[in-house]
Amino acid sequence: MSGSLIGKRVLRKEDHRFVSGKGRYTDDIQLVGVTYAAFVRSPYARADIKSFDVSEALAAPGVIAVLTGEEVVKDGLGGLPCGWMIHSKDGSEMRQPHHPVLAADRVNYLGEPVALVIAETQLEAKNAAEMVMVDFEPLTAVVNPATASQAETLYEAVPNNVCYEWELGDEAATDAGLAAAAHITTLQLTNNRLIPNAIEPRAALAEYNSGTDEIILHTTSQNPHLVRLIMTAFVQIAPEHKLRVIAPDVGGGFGSKIFIYSEETALAWAAKKLGLTIKWTAERSESFLTDAHGRDHVSEAQLALSAEGEFLALKVKTIANMGAYLSTFASAVPTYLYGTLLAGQYRTPAIYVEVDSVFTNTAPVDAYRGAGRPEATYLVERIVEKAAAEMGLDPAELRRRNFIGRDQFPYQTPVALEYDTGDYEASLSKALEMADYDTFATRQAEAASRGKLRGIGLSCYIEACGLAPSQVAGALGAGVGLWESGEVRVNPTGSVTVLTGSHSHGQGHETTFAQLVADRLGLPIEDVEVVHGDTGKLDFGLGTYGSRSLAVGGSALSVAADKVVEKGRKIAAHLLRTDVDNIDFDAPVFKMLDSNESKTFQEIAFAAYVNHDYPSDELEPGLAEKAFYDPLNFTYPAGTHICEVEIDPDTGVVEVVQFVAVDDFGTIINPMIVEGQVHGGLAQGIGQALLEQAVYDDTGQLITGSYMDYCMPRADNFPDFKVGMTCTPCTHNPVGAKGCGEAGAIGSPPAVMNAITHALGGIEVDMPATSEKVWRAVQTMRTLKTA
Amino acid sequence: METIELKINGRKRTLHCLPNATLVEVLRDQLHLTGTHVGCDTTQCGACTIHVDGCAVKACTVLAVRSDGSDVMTIEGLAENEASHPMQEAFKACHGLQCGFCTPGMIMSAVDLVNKGCALEPSAIREALSGNICRCTGYQNIVAAVMQGASEMQEQSS
Repeated sequence: MSGSLIGKRVLRKEDHRFVSGKGRYTDDIQLVGVTYAAFVRSPYARADIKSFDVSEALAAPGVIAVLTGEEVVKDGLGGLPCGWMIHSKDGSEMRQPHHPVLAADRVNYLGEPVALVIAETQLEAKNAAEMVMVDFEPLTAVVNPATASQAETLYEAVPNNVCYEWELGDEAATDAGLAAAAHITTLQLTNNRLIPNAIEPRAALAEYNSGTDEIILHTTSQNPHLVRLIMTAFVQIAPEHKLRVIAPDVGGGFGSKIFIYSEETALAWAAKKLGLTIKWTAERSESFLTDAHGRDHVSEAQLALSAEGEFLALKVKTIANMGAYLSTFASAVPTYLYGTLLAGQYRTPAIYVEVDSVFTNTAPVDAYRGAGRPEATYLVERIVEKAAAEMGLDPAELRRRNFIGRDQFPYQTPVALEYDTGDYEASLSKALEMADYDTFATRQAEAASRGKLRGIGLSCYIEACGLAPSQVAGALGAGVGLWESGEVRVNPTGSVTVLTGSHSHGQGHETTFAQLVADRLGLPIEDVEVVHGDTGKLDFGLGTYGSRSLAVGGSALSVAADKVVEKGRKIAAHLLRTDVDNIDFDAPVFKMLDSNESKTFQEIAFAAYVNHDYPSDELEPGLAEKAFYDPLNFTYPAGTHICEVEIDPDTGVVEVVQFVAVDDFGTIINPMIVEGQVHGGLAQGIGQALLEQAVYDDTGQLITGSYMDYCMPRADNFPDFKVGMTCTPCTHNPVGAKGCGEAGAIGSPPAVMNAITHALGGIEVDMPATSEKVWRAVQTMRTLKTA
Repeated sequence: METIELKINGRKRTLHCLPNATLVEVLRDQLHLTGTHVGCDTTQCGACTIHVDGCAVKACTVLAVRSDGSDVMTIEGLAENEASHPMQEAFKACHGLQCGFCTPGMIMSAVDLVNKGCALEPSAIREALSGNICRCTGYQNIVAAVMQGASEMQEQSS
């Protein structure tokens, strides 16, 4: 039976509760005696807090308590830490301003919480929050990352607002490559700031039991164990064994629910301090203001090429906006998740990148679907396509000339990573075929006959997923090892409960992980239940981000399932009075090699719990095994995306008329779920290219603070995507999986923008390519043509 | 407090609510019908879509008192006699959902567009669903689900 479930389009086990309205998201949980919190937030991007006056709010109907930043200071709460230490090129540590749970004397971004009001009803809490008088004295805000290092210093301990000045690669070799070049392509670009917008707003429900001194915190998290660790070890609201964190059904994350925020921390603290059960659910406007934003890079790059189009060197300078504070993983995003990916799929021998990360009076910026890798891919794939145009080469051909060949793995790049496997030619060829690349000119001419400008653009991306080999992560500054835990718990009747430290908030773990374990043990998938998201049920977990769940969490389960089989063989040997070497597991049956005798998986499970004649020095009762899987390397999903657009020159409206994505994710457990992940990633990537942008004005007010202003991708923005797969299994994990969650968002933006640039005859626009920008570019193109 | 009478998922209910309470607040907080979700504060996301007197409405933008006397159906009432509605089955079969948060609203909108005789071809369905935001699926499988669910609804009614 083993092998019968891998690669099958098994329908999702979790779906019935979602389609019938029986999902249980944090805000759905109703507890007796619950009270409600509302936060008082800064209306300024930067201001001193002169005083708080809470008397009117306290006297308002239904109000139970008002807690301000001053109480946070009095109670000695720690700040919210950043978990990744980055060193500047001079060896100094990154500078990290104190990130308070509630601000007490200075606010540093619009919407920063300064107080919370707790009342009997949500309405009463919100009304009273407006009565909290905070005497703010506004200060000049620093908003633009490109000029932040020359602006007024925001924090005494952070000169010039610079968090770190980081570098990677060999500058001398890169300069030598540039000096020897027959052609140099230069590019300036902005990677637009995005707001993640999971459709479930962040929420928390904190319950304090004074009888046991335990806090139970339900919250919208991608990694509940990390929430517990940070709240207990760093913020110190309770001892770790007295805080249970549950992330129940979570309505999307895309990175934004990795991080430990002020609100849920304040709620857990307040619940214990006041002996209450307290609920808070963000309004969408609060999500816009305070969910960690994504991207926000300003870059310039030079690509050196030989006369034959061989890449000689790539030099990159990037300014990355960290926002007002360092969010949980923020520092790693523009460094180890960005600079290390600048080799792309190519043999570029010399690469040098400098990244200056700066603070501004904007919401903290952190990982958002792709996290650093979309920024790297966008830069590399834009400059490669531009180089092809400048040198008069077909962009597919230029890429082919520089691909790392399939026989060159493992491949050490000049920017730290060692790719284990891949076949970039295979995904490019398949994508070109699916896109009818060779006949593009016909379609372009037909579009021109209708007055439309048609363009085609390529993107050959690579990403590093499966975060991460703990030793490597530690050497690069990670505060925690990035292994994952899993447990396969066989129940006495032979059904199986699988516990994983990964968290599913849309990815379908309850199905994929069940497929994996059911396949290994030869069980019907219905007999395997996946449990996740509760620190009270599993030992530890690092959670879900960086497309790591299957490659790392799934590998842990694979190892744990192997351990169950090994233990089962011992039990079978005991029951059958033979040596363990004489037992083979032919899922789901334990067979004697030298006879016809055998035991079913169910018989072994039952015996494991009810038997009373085990030799206690050799065999313990029970059949439940854990594994802590630490990956040996990152995984390297890669592929080719091809976009075709049509531009209406009179309106500047861009229509995506065809989008092809061919991806190599290694071994696939459930193709249906994988394709769904690709579709979703593409929508976010194309959304970044065409629609989405977080805009602050010069004073740090967020202009795009609602769905009326921030343009979310909707059903009528897309065609049907054409999705294909190639496969080179990951060489170093037991599943062979590489991860698929982010590829769509990584590969697609440059494909779209290259197609637009192509349609515009080489005129460049920055993302998002709104109709206004494109219309203006069309006017420029017409002027140049007539000149 | 105001007193209103509603028929909710086939059952008559008498409720007391504040005059400024929205219908979705009454459904979620008083009746514990938490399948109807709230994803925004500007009537843009559609997660709260329900049927009032047979038409899809966004329950975050309807005052409960304005619904007095109405016939309300939420996602919890869509299935009859414990069997799933064809649209619910189609969303499962086509992988038309991921995190599930927008799904109830999406399904209620989908049933409504079929009831209203929307042309059952992808571009019309995409336009009809443009009042519901999904951040997970990229919409492709939702469109496929609506096509499949619609044809099964039509088969059942013929």
